[in-house]
Amino acid sequence: MEKIYARTKGLRPDVVSGFCPGCMHSTVIKLIGEVLEEMNQMDNAVAVLGIGCCGLHMEYMSYDNVTAPHGRACAVATGIKRANSKSLVYTYQGDGDFASIGLGESVSAANRGENITVIFINNGIYGMTGGQMAPTTLLGMKASTAPKGRIAEEHGYPMHMCEILNQLTAPYYLERTSCNTPQNVLKTRKAIKKAFQNQLDGKGFSMVEIVTSCPTNWGLDTMKSLDYLNEKMLTEYPLGVIRDNG
Amino acid sequence: MPKVEIRSESCKSCGYCVKFCPKQVLAIGDKVNSKGYEYAAAVKPEACIGCKMCGVVCPDAAIEVYK
Repeated sequence: MEKIYARTKGLRPDVVSGFCPGCMHSTVIKLIGEVLEEMNQMDNAVAVLGIGCCGLHMEYMSYDNVTAPHGRACAVATGIKRANSKSLVYTYQGDGDFASIGLGESVSAANRGENITVIFINNGIYGMTGGQMAPTTLLGMKASTAPKGRIAEEHGYPMHMCEILNQLTAPYYLERTSCNTPQNVLKTRKAIKKAFQNQLDGKGFSMVEIVTSCPTNWGLDTMKSLDYLNEKMLTEYPLGVIRDNG
Repeated sequence: MPKVEIRSESCKSCGYCVKFCPKQVLAIGDKVNSKGYEYAAAVKPEACIGCKMCGVVCPDAAIEVYK
């Protein structure tokens, strides 16, 4: 009997992830591990982790990683990539890290067309920090800093990072995917692989934005958070390739 | 015959595998792992077609599939 689906070597064999039940952070890190294993890049990869839930990967992943100061993952990745251009360098950031605190670094790295890959997890809320409102929080969505829900007049509108970066000339590949169904998980895997391949081919800045759920901070159980993701998040953040210069 | 194997200690009882299994092979069982989660189990193992959907969608890499 042949094993047709095995736990990737990108995850340490006996470690249980620190994420909440149903959290798709762990789905994404599993996919990254699978892709690196498939591309035979495990020894060559450097992950630059953002602050927040992303940091829980440190104990969980089996290859090199460094945690950047809050929001500065793209800047740290720039340094690593320029110092050692053969490494496969990717940043793994949530919406608070990439789109709020690190907005300057993120947009600047994209604008320079740095040859790095960004894996951007958009769940519309700060996770570990305490469920505060993020730039990507939907209108009407409750957060600990917006107990009545996000109101446009007070808090502005949700930010669409793929579309914002699409205004720049330099980025090479921008795609938005999700992990809400097995089909979309496989599409996400394909997008991550493509983004890594772009970097190995020296094409420049690639980003995969992955729309996920946060059952704990949304205050929903795993099944209801999946429904919320399907009905609300994916309406605001439609999936698809935003830019592919290849 | 295809077979699913669940690493019970990694399972967090999210139920995604149960939802997406096309043949209703899996269900959340009544046994509890050391972290206190009622882990998923194959209740109709003979119905498994080895499509891997449960493994693909499992966030915690708790499922391995044989064929």
